[in-house]
Amino acid sequence: MNRIDAAFARLKESKKKAFIPYIAAGVPGRDETVEIVLELERLGADIIELGYPFSDPMADGVVNQTAANRALDLGVDADAYFAMVAAIRKRSQVPLIVFSYLNPIFKLGIDAFARRAKAAGMDGMLLVDMPVEESEDTQAICKREDLSLIFLVAPTTTRERLDKVLAGGTGFLYYISRTGITGEQDAFQKDFESKVAAIKKGSRLPVVVGFGISKPDQVRTVCGLTDGVVVGSALVRRTLEKKPFADMLADIRTLIAPLAAPTKETWN
Amino acid sequence: MDPRQFPDKWGRFGQFGGKYAPEVLMPALEELETHYLALRENPAFLAELDLHLKEFVGRPSPLYFAERMTRKFGGAKIYLKREDLNHTGAHKINNSLGQVLIARHMGKKRIIAETGAGQHGVATAAAAAKFDMECVIYMGRVDMERQAPNVQRMLLLGATVVPVESGSRTLKDAINEAIRDWVTNIDRTHYVFGSALGPHPYPRIVRDFQKIIGEETERQMMEKEKRLPDYLVACVGGGSNAIGMFYNFLDKPSVKMIGVEAGGHGVLTGMHAARFAGGTLGVLHGAKSYVLQTPQGQIAETHSISAGLDYANVGPEHAMYRDSGRITYTSATDAEALEAFGQLSRLEGIIPALESSHAISEAMRLAPTLPKDTLLVVNLSGRGDKDMSTVQAAMAEVAAAKAAEAAKPASGKGPSGSPGACA
Repeated sequence: MNRIDAAFARLKESKKKAFIPYIAAGVPGRDETVEIVLELERLGADIIELGYPFSDPMADGVVNQTAANRALDLGVDADAYFAMVAAIRKRSQVPLIVFSYLNPIFKLGIDAFARRAKAAGMDGMLLVDMPVEESEDTQAICKREDLSLIFLVAPTTTRERLDKVLAGGTGFLYYISRTGITGEQDAFQKDFESKVAAIKKGSRLPVVVGFGISKPDQVRTVCGLTDGVVVGSALVRRTLEKKPFADMLADIRTLIAPLAAPTKETWN
Repeated sequence: MDPRQFPDKWGRFGQFGGKYAPEVLMPALEELETHYLALRENPAFLAELDLHLKEFVGRPSPLYFAERMTRKFGGAKIYLKREDLNHTGAHKINNSLGQVLIARHMGKKRIIAETGAGQHGVATAAAAAKFDMECVIYMGRVDMERQAPNVQRMLLLGATVVPVESGSRTLKDAINEAIRDWVTNIDRTHYVFGSALGPHPYPRIVRDFQKIIGEETERQMMEKEKRLPDYLVACVGGGSNAIGMFYNFLDKPSVKMIGVEAGGHGVLTGMHAARFAGGTLGVLHGAKSYVLQTPQGQIAETHSISAGLDYANVGPEHAMYRDSGRITYTSATDAEALEAFGQLSRLEGIIPALESSHAISEAMRLAPTLPKDTLLVVNLSGRGDKDMSTVQAAMAEVAAAKAAEAAKPASGKGPSGSPGACA
C-alpha cells in the first residue's frame, strides 16, 4: 500500500477528511518550497500536490499560470524538482503527488520520469491533459512503480466516462467543482451538491473536490459530501507575493489553518 | 496506405494525433464527433453547406495560370489555386462556415475561436454574423498589432476580440485562452478550431471541410490540361490549407507534394517555426506531433514574419505523411517570403498573404529546375491586404540594414537609412 492509499485508509478509520494543498514547486524558491511543504504538513495536510511547471498550462487560471512561469524563470526542471522532493523526504513522510501536464513528462519519457519520481519518494501523478483514454502505457508504468495515477472528473463527465476513469485510475478521484479553469470562487455552481453526490455514490475510489475552494464553509460543504478537499490557487497566490519568507509563512498559516480545520472534525 | 483510413477511431494518424484534452472537454469532443459523423451523412446538411459555399464563400475558387511567373522562372507551368478570392480572403472560411453550421445543429449559441493572422478570426466572425451567433475571438497582442486591419474587420462583423497578453502573445497563447474559455463555457459554446490541429475530431473535421480545395483543383486541372498536376505546393502552419490541397491527391502516386514551413530568420538561428526541421515528438493543444520545444519539454518560442505560420505544433496528419515520405517538407525564410510577396504582386497583379508567400517562394525555387511540361500548383491560401504594414516595416528594415552596410567601411557604424528610401 503506498502512502496515498495508507492516508485514505487511516482517514476512513478515524472518520476524518483529507486536506490536500497544491503548490507550485520551486516558488518562491527551492529551499522555501521544502519549508512550505513541512509547514503545510504541520497545518494538517494529509497529501500534497507539487506542481511541476509547464509553459502552456491551458487549464489553469492566472494565478497558477503566473506560478508556473515563475518556476520556469527560476530554472525548475526535473533535476531541481526531484532534488526538492528528496529534501522533503529526509524530513517528512507526507504523501506527494506530481501535478502537471503531459508534455514535459512525455518529453523526458514517462517511464524514466516515473522511475525518478518513485526513487525520489513521490507517491502519485496527475496529468491534466492526459485523459484516461490516452493513459494505457502510463497506467502500466504507474502500476509497476506503485505510483497512484489520479484522474480528474468534471461536472460534464458522463456515467459512461466515470466508469472508464474508475477502471484506469488509482488513489482517488479528483472532482473539479465546476466547468472552468483553476482559481478562487465565492460559491459553488448551482447543481454542485447533487453532481458530486452522484460521483461519490458511483466511485470505488475516494473522491476529493478541488478548483475554486478558498473558504472554510466551502470546505465544510465538501467534507459533508466527499472524502477530502484540494486548495490550490488561494495558497499559490500567497507564495507569489514579494515579502520576507517569514511573513509569507505567516500568511500561509492564516489562510490554511481555518481551511484545514473542518477536515479534522469527526465526519460520520 | 489508404488515406481514408486515417484518423482511426482513436483520432490517430499513425502514432500522431489523439485526444489529449482536459477531462471537462472530453464529453464535448465526443458530442462533436457524434454530431459531425451524423451530419456528414445528412443530405440536407450537405446541401446547405454546398449552397453557402457557392453563394456566401464564392466557390469554386479559380485555378489560375500564372503566365508571367511561368515565363520568368522558365520551367514548370505554374498554376495558382485562388483561395485568396474566397469571401473574407482566405481558405479559412471553408472550415469556419462548416463548423458554424455544425454548431447550429448542435444547438450551440456561442462561437469562440483563436486566430493568428486574423484570417480564421475574420472568417469565423463572418460565419457567426451570418447565422446570428455570439462570437468571441482570442488573438495574441503581438498578432493584433501586426494584423491590425483584420482586428477591425472582426469588430465590424460583430465579434468581440480578446487580446491575449500571456506567453509570447501569439497564436499558441491565443489557443490557450480559447481553451480556457471553452472549458468554462462548455455548455453553450462551440470552439471553431482553425487549423488541422487540436484534439480529435478537429484535425479530421478541418481537413474534411478543406479538402474541397484539392477536389476542385483536380477537376479544374483535368479541364485545362487533361491530366493531373505533377507538383502541389502549400504553406504549413497548422496545415489546414495544405492538407486541404493535398488530401485528394494522396492516393495518386504521380502527384508530388511539398509543404513549406516558416523558416523565420533561418532554421539554424533557432528563430523559426519549422517543426519538421527542429521539432521533436510532443503533445501540445490536444495532439501528438512534431513540437518545437526545449529538451525539458517546455514549448519553445517561435518566430515567423507571418502570424499564421508562427506556431510550435504541426497538424498530426502532416506528421504522419512526413514520416512516410509521401509529402516532402521544406521551409522558406522571412526574407524569401518577402521576396516572393513582391514578385507575385508585380508579375501577376496578385498580392499574396505572407503565409502563402512561403509557398510562392518554394515554387519560384522549384519551377526553374523542372521541364516546361511539368504542372505545378501553388495553393494561394490567402490575400495579402492584411500584411501591408508588416511588409512596409520589414522593407524599411531591409533598406536600413543595406544603408548601414553601405556606410560600414567608412565609419564602422553607419546612420540608419530613411524608411522612405525602400520604395
